Amino acid sequence: MSDATVEMKGAAGKPIRGKLSRDDIIMRGSMLVIGLYLLITMVFPLYAMLSKSFSTYMFDLSAYEVQVSDEGGATFSEPVTFADLNSTLNVVTEGDLNAGSDGRLGVTQFFPDFSFRSPVNYRIRNTSDTGRFLVGSTLNDTTNWVELDSNTFRRVQLRPVESRGLDNFRAYFGTPALSNSIKNSVMIATISTLITVFLAFWFAYALNRSCMRFKGFFRLVAMAPILVPSLLPGIALVYLFGNQGMLKELLFGASIYGPIGIIIGSVFFTFPHAFLIISTALSISDARLYEASVVLRGSPWRTFWTVTIPGARYGLVSAAFVVFNLVITDFGLPKVIGGQFNVLAVDIYKQVIGQQNFEMGAVVSVVLILPAIVAFTIDRFVQSKQVALLSARSVPYAPSPNTKLDWTLFGFSSLIAVFIVGILGVCQFAALVKFWPYDLSFSLNNYQFDRMDGGGWGSYYNSIKLALLTAVIGTAVIFFGAYLVEKSNGFRTGRTIFQMFAMLPMAIPGMVLGLSYIFFFNNPSNPFYFIYGTMAILVVSTVTHFYTVSHLTATTALQQMDREFESVSASLKQPTLKLFSRVTVPVSMPAILDISIYLFVNAMTTVSAVVFLYSPKTSLASIAVLNMDDAGDIAPAAAMGMMIFYTNTAARIFHLIASRGILQRTQAWRSR
Amino acid sequence: MNVTTNVDSSYLKIENLWKYFGKFLALEDVSLEIAEGELVCFLGPSGCGKTTLLRAIAGLDLQSNGSILQGGKDVSSLPPSERDFGIVFQSYALFPNLSIEKNVAYGLENTGRSKSEISERVAELLALVGLPDQGKKYPAQLSGGQQQRIALARAIATSPGLLLLDEPLSALDAKVRVHLRHEIKDLQRKLGVTTVMVTHDQEEALAMADRIVVMNHGVIEQVGSPTEIYREPSSLFVADFIGEMNQIPAVAGNSGEVRIGETVMKSLDHKFSDGEKIIAAIRPNDIIPHGDGARSPGAEDTIETDSNAIEVIVDEMEFLGAFWRCRLQHAMFGERELIADFSINAVRRLELNEGSKMLIELPKGRLMAFTPSEAAA
Repeated sequence: MSDATVEMKGAAGKPIRGKLSRDDIIMRGSMLVIGLYLLITMVFPLYAMLSKSFSTYMFDLSAYEVQVSDEGGATFSEPVTFADLNSTLNVVTEGDLNAGSDGRLGVTQFFPDFSFRSPVNYRIRNTSDTGRFLVGSTLNDTTNWVELDSNTFRRVQLRPVESRGLDNFRAYFGTPALSNSIKNSVMIATISTLITVFLAFWFAYALNRSCMRFKGFFRLVAMAPILVPSLLPGIALVYLFGNQGMLKELLFGASIYGPIGIIIGSVFFTFPHAFLIISTALSISDARLYEASVVLRGSPWRTFWTVTIPGARYGLVSAAFVVFNLVITDFGLPKVIGGQFNVLAVDIYKQVIGQQNFEMGAVVSVVLILPAIVAFTIDRFVQSKQVALLSARSVPYAPSPNTKLDWTLFGFSSLIAVFIVGILGVCQFAALVKFWPYDLSFSLNNYQFDRMDGGGWGSYYNSIKLALLTAVIGTAVIFFGAYLVEKSNGFRTGRTIFQMFAMLPMAIPGMVLGLSYIFFFNNPSNPFYFIYGTMAILVVSTVTHFYTVSHLTATTALQQMDREFESVSASLKQPTLKLFSRVTVPVSMPAILDISIYLFVNAMTTVSAVVFLYSPKTSLASIAVLNMDDAGDIAPAAAMGMMIFYTNTAARIFHLIASRGILQRTQAWRSR
Repeated sequence: MNVTTNVDSSYLKIENLWKYFGKFLALEDVSLEIAEGELVCFLGPSGCGKTTLLRAIAGLDLQSNGSILQGGKDVSSLPPSERDFGIVFQSYALFPNLSIEKNVAYGLENTGRSKSEISERVAELLALVGLPDQGKKYPAQLSGGQQQRIALARAIATSPGLLLLDEPLSALDAKVRVHLRHEIKDLQRKLGVTTVMVTHDQEEALAMADRIVVMNHGVIEQVGSPTEIYREPSSLFVADFIGEMNQIPAVAGNSGEVRIGETVMKSLDHKFSDGEKIIAAIRPNDIIPHGDGARSPGAEDTIETDSNAIEVIVDEMEFLGAFWRCRLQHAMFGERELIADFSINAVRRLELNEGSKMLIELPKGRLMAFTPSEAAA
């Protein structure tokens, strides 16, 4: 329908322009609304952050002119700039001229004879329209002369001018204390990835390829870490190996505060993610390949390397990048147990919350985005390859008993289970003990959150509210958005852009998202300024943070649906939205429930994005764990962490029962 | 059956339709008229544009240029929901979570019909497609053929003026397919609804269509009744795509003559000038075996055109149940062999064996001449 068609072979007459049906208009309108939502909640904030990282502030002494009067106060000297004055006096060095966005520079230092009691008058003006200075709190940005007595002149402060450039990045890479974090983060992420993928592979192997017992139990245990915030294993490790730890001797004098602690904790919280991916890869292997290998007299060892590993290689690579990404972007764990060991995610927090240096926070964010985007891109590429492995004629592999192998794998899996349950058990123990290690009697004192910092029980209820709102609103927005992308007609450019927006959040670390929200929303001239500091911004940020995985789940479910439903519905002259509610939603109910529980659990445990965005009124349980730990109330922090665990467990059980019920009602057609 | 189309009574009128997908030309200047009540088949190999044309008629994929008139109304740029048609897809696209009744009733809702009217109409439709008792079941509980009929019932529920069938039978077993062919045809006659069906199965098209539209590379090759298409193909492509055809490189003689090798044979009249390279073509079952007892006892075996009779060697024989397929050798065909289908009786009476010599005739009324060009795969 483009103009180009006319020039091509033969076609005469003017090209046909389709008339849009009411449904088309509704669907395009809705897509525009959700696309706009993603634009405002992600693209604009990220842009604000990026531009912040390039903005530098500097006092420009040559941009101001002053005149000084004689003692009579009426006859003024020739105008001079502060730069002229400074060149003779040297009161301000080059380094002093660098400033933050809030920088102020007093001017009396340029006048050695200055006294606020003297009758001397001063005149000051900007030499250009861009100059700014304050008199008290009044901003002057014109080139008109302002005449002031000396008592007022002492309250004149110069404001820095903003410019764009790479100075922030130069400063960052010129400061080893900061740029060392890159090395640290990459090292931690790499080591954690190797360990996690190795352990998760054998665990998944045991569950999919052996005849060991209690597989259901092991599977359940492996998924438990997903239900707690990433900083919880940090607390457990403090109890186990900290200065007063139960098993401190096992470290032979090494400190748990630092890389060791971060790595152990990272293995704990990334384990289920790696396990899920590798387990899927192992579960779809084709038994016929194993039969072929046996027939060709391949040894088990050879079979393992020529059949098992190649079959699972995409899963392994994908798992590795997912784990790498999770570790390098995680904030909670290194905050709790990192000690003096700096990593990127914590640097952002320190720069922003500790030093109020927003520009430097933005720079670290940009640095952190890069490895995350690389890992994300490779992961997407590998995932797209995985699909081709499954052919309809594959025969599922059924393991046969092998006593020695089965018991070895059982032993290995038990160790993993002990590790996971142990970490959770230690937290629960810590929460219940009165005062470790001096008074080991049990009490519920640590659950009196209202007596601690961190927002008390209120923050726990806030978390539940956030999780519910995120689950309901997020599922609705994300599923409907995915439906529009998948099933609307034409409008190809719009759909491609939307799809890109939907994939972006996965590559954006939570800390970066949170910080970019500060830059974008905490700005009185932004029409959405009003949501800053409310529950709304927490919901919005959490939905955006976890958008991609949910979007992909929805897309996959929708792609499995017959492509012609919409055409049939249109030919029967029924509105598309009727089809959506009568057919699409009921048929996709399993995916919809999966999305909602995913959002709920993540909203309960997330720390990274919301840590910049909560207000005293909207403190959250996960944040409370962080803050209580920070304040030294480690036992209550553990108690709150376990509250999150129990809540998520309850939510999962509820989800299971609810899905059974709903499935029985809406999916009756599935059974023959 | 030959339906003559009167220009004024045409129900669906397609004029100069073009369709591009990017730079790919999917339909090239397609014009076609379909009369009211007709069943027309779009037939062609995959990628020939038949489905594109159907989707343009439905408004699902709008054409780039050209117009479509339905019942005298220009629907060229209307979205599907504002056109008047029912459609059955290859996948049937039955709503899996709605019962059969609900599926059929889907298009009847919100049309001002009362609940009892709707359930009456649904019962009527289910009876019409021969599945009166299946209303409470879900689609997954029915066989493929039953699902197909439900899809049909759903498509005709609102009595649309036009019924579009997109490869409706290709997902079914061979036997069910043959059975449903007749059912659909009967139903279409009973309702008198103008129907367009897309298929790549020539047998299906020959059995069902009032008229066949043969398409290739986005162009209509020929439009005609099944017998016309079969007996008088207008191009080598059509000749080869519908049924089977021996293709013999030859040179044209005067009209009514072709030269194969050194032999001049009588043929149907053609438009080629003397000496032009052509393809001489004849269907395997049009080749006449000659010799004592080739005809049924008592009938006299006469050669109609002497110049068209040749002696060949039977190289290979293949028994195909209803007839024998023989590969015949003769110097004039060079390396190629002529394929001929002989009846079982003829083979028995002529005592044909591999290696036998025999006399055949290429009847002049069946020997055709075509421009040498690509043939269907």
